[in-house]
Amino acid sequence: MADTAVLAAQTPTVEGKARPGDAALTARLAALDLPQGGFTRAARADAAERLQAMGLPGARDEYWRYTDPAAFNAPKATALDIPARESTLFAEIDRLKLVFVDGRFDADASDDLAGEGLEISTLATADAGDHWAAAFYGKLETEGQTPVKRPFAVLNTLAAVDGVLIRVTGQVARPVHLIYRRADAAADVMVHHVVALEEGAELTLLETGALGARSNAVLEVDVAKGARFHHIASKRADDAKVGIGHIFARVGEAALFKSFSLAVNGEMMRNEGVIQILGDDAVAHIAAAALGDGSTGKFHHDDTVFITHAAERCESRQVFKKVLKHGANGIFQGKILVKPGAQRTDGYQISQGLLLDEGSQFLAKPELEIYADDVKCSHGSTTGALDETALFYLRSRGVPREQAIVLLVLSFLADALDEIEDDRLRDDILGRLDEWLTSRAAS
Amino acid sequence: MLEIKNLHVKLEEEDKQILKGVDLTVPAGEVHAIMGPNGSGKSTLSYVLSGRDGYEVTEGEASLDGEALLEMEPEERAAAGLFLAFQYPVEIPGVGNLTFLRTAVNAQRKARGEEELSSAEFLKVVREKAKTLQIDADMLKRPVNVGFSGGEKKRNEILQMAMLEPRMCILDETDSGLDVDAMRLVAEGVNALRSPDRSFLVITHYQRLLDHIKPDVVHIMSNGRIIKTGGPELALEVEKNGYGDLLAEAN
Repeated sequence: MADTAVLAAQTPTVEGKARPGDAALTARLAALDLPQGGFTRAARADAAERLQAMGLPGARDEYWRYTDPAAFNAPKATALDIPARESTLFAEIDRLKLVFVDGRFDADASDDLAGEGLEISTLATADAGDHWAAAFYGKLETEGQTPVKRPFAVLNTLAAVDGVLIRVTGQVARPVHLIYRRADAAADVMVHHVVALEEGAELTLLETGALGARSNAVLEVDVAKGARFHHIASKRADDAKVGIGHIFARVGEAALFKSFSLAVNGEMMRNEGVIQILGDDAVAHIAAAALGDGSTGKFHHDDTVFITHAAERCESRQVFKKVLKHGANGIFQGKILVKPGAQRTDGYQISQGLLLDEGSQFLAKPELEIYADDVKCSHGSTTGALDETALFYLRSRGVPREQAIVLLVLSFLADALDEIEDDRLRDDILGRLDEWLTSRAAS
Repeated sequence: MLEIKNLHVKLEEEDKQILKGVDLTVPAGEVHAIMGPNGSGKSTLSYVLSGRDGYEVTEGEASLDGEALLEMEPEERAAAGLFLAFQYPVEIPGVGNLTFLRTAVNAQRKARGEEELSSAEFLKVVREKAKTLQIDADMLKRPVNVGFSGGEKKRNEILQMAMLEPRMCILDETDSGLDVDAMRLVAEGVNALRSPDRSFLVITHYQRLLDHIKPDVVHIMSNGRIIKTGGPELALEVEKNGYGDLLAEAN
């Protein structure tokens, strides 16, 4: 593993010429305290090389056309001026709680790392000797670099300090809940989680709370044959202002992958979902709802998804909804790639922006690339205002305007929320969303 | 109950006068029908009374139990006791019919300073009323009007009316898109709500709905005005001879 000094001293070049972003990369790396790595040592060294080769993205990169990477490139995080609040989401649900403070696992605040059908350890403690996660750490991320480069995920593999490593061997009914808290107002957090579901296993992973002032999170998920993985993440307005997250998933034969995320936060947020469907008859759904209000500062939320179908008779579904007001920006870049031989693929993608005023914008870039001939793929994207007729209908029944708008926003988000299979979890999210919308309805 | 005086209305977006001086009084407990050819302004009248955007009142007034209607927000009019059964009920995906009904009922109770209904109380009442309209549990659970047939949508309108217990009900072409059986069911629902302190304004093209909902008074509307008012026999006359004679007479 190359240490900081070595990396910083190198002047990365392509064919001997310095590139525009090289100085930024050097500065970015110099500001990090790079872990030595145990079982991750090889992966981190490899990441260091890959990162030097690809560099950090600039505003001219096609993949970064709609989102300026400057805030992720900056060497330091900007301190938050909003107080941290503890989320009570999922509090009523029996779950295994794992607490991270400023991105570091807090054993005292967490439940015991044990559960039937589960093997849990944390990256900072486990990253000494051998570990099962060596087969996954940075591996899924590396696979996800083709055909599009994702430098911040590479940076994460190189520099992640902590995270959770979960091996699931059975059907686990009790969800694992990652609770993020922040203590330091300027915490610049990098977490890297690995979840491996063995054949026929099942797990629900919940994520809530504030990772830090700035965050870079990677979640690598391997869903083996017949296994089922459910993921639900919720980010509140005071959680973080700048963040980038990547989910790299590998979905095996007859396996199921479902991810839903809710975000009401962010000056500058980008979530990338990179899903490879590798086994026949598998199902992968990824959905998100983002609600942005630019009145309390900038709001920019980018969902970027890349789903690869490499097997037969698989189903994929992307459902992305954004509700924007007061100059908020919503971005969606979604791609379905159907590889040769991935016959009878059923791919679906919808992205929709609901603009509550004229100052907001929603940009969508849906893409299909298909190399098989017996395939059903559809995509749609809409941007629009509230349906005035529906608003009048509700008001004519006596529902006040603000409350009617809340109902119509929930109506707009319904398809995305429906991607949460568990009724209790969905109702909990829905209740919180309703509360949040109602509390801000007048603004 | 409902009093409309010299109501003139134009479209907000264009210079088009739709209502050109409507005078109409519906006393408590009565059922009035408005008939008239397409484009005569019947639906506009119902929208203006219930407060839909897009219209501009240039002259005249309308009141419900002495309260000026036209200055109120749509939700205030609803709380004051006005109800419009839509010609085309709106689909609202993702919002359950029950949630919608309970939100509406409680919003109105709140506006009137009454206690909100508890879940249990509400469910008991809604199930009872749904049953008489042959609305099953599944229809109550489904998103508002989504995937409902024409008849189901109209029955759902009547269910909302039954739950909200308005004093003044406007039915805008409630018979459109209904077969004979569905029409009978809807009419029965309406008739069950008739009472001495509730009035109805039934807007329709055809006399057939009025076979089931017997009006006390029939108005003929044309070109933005009420051109003739009479008893139920007026509807029969229209059915027999069309609007031609009446229009000629009015001109």
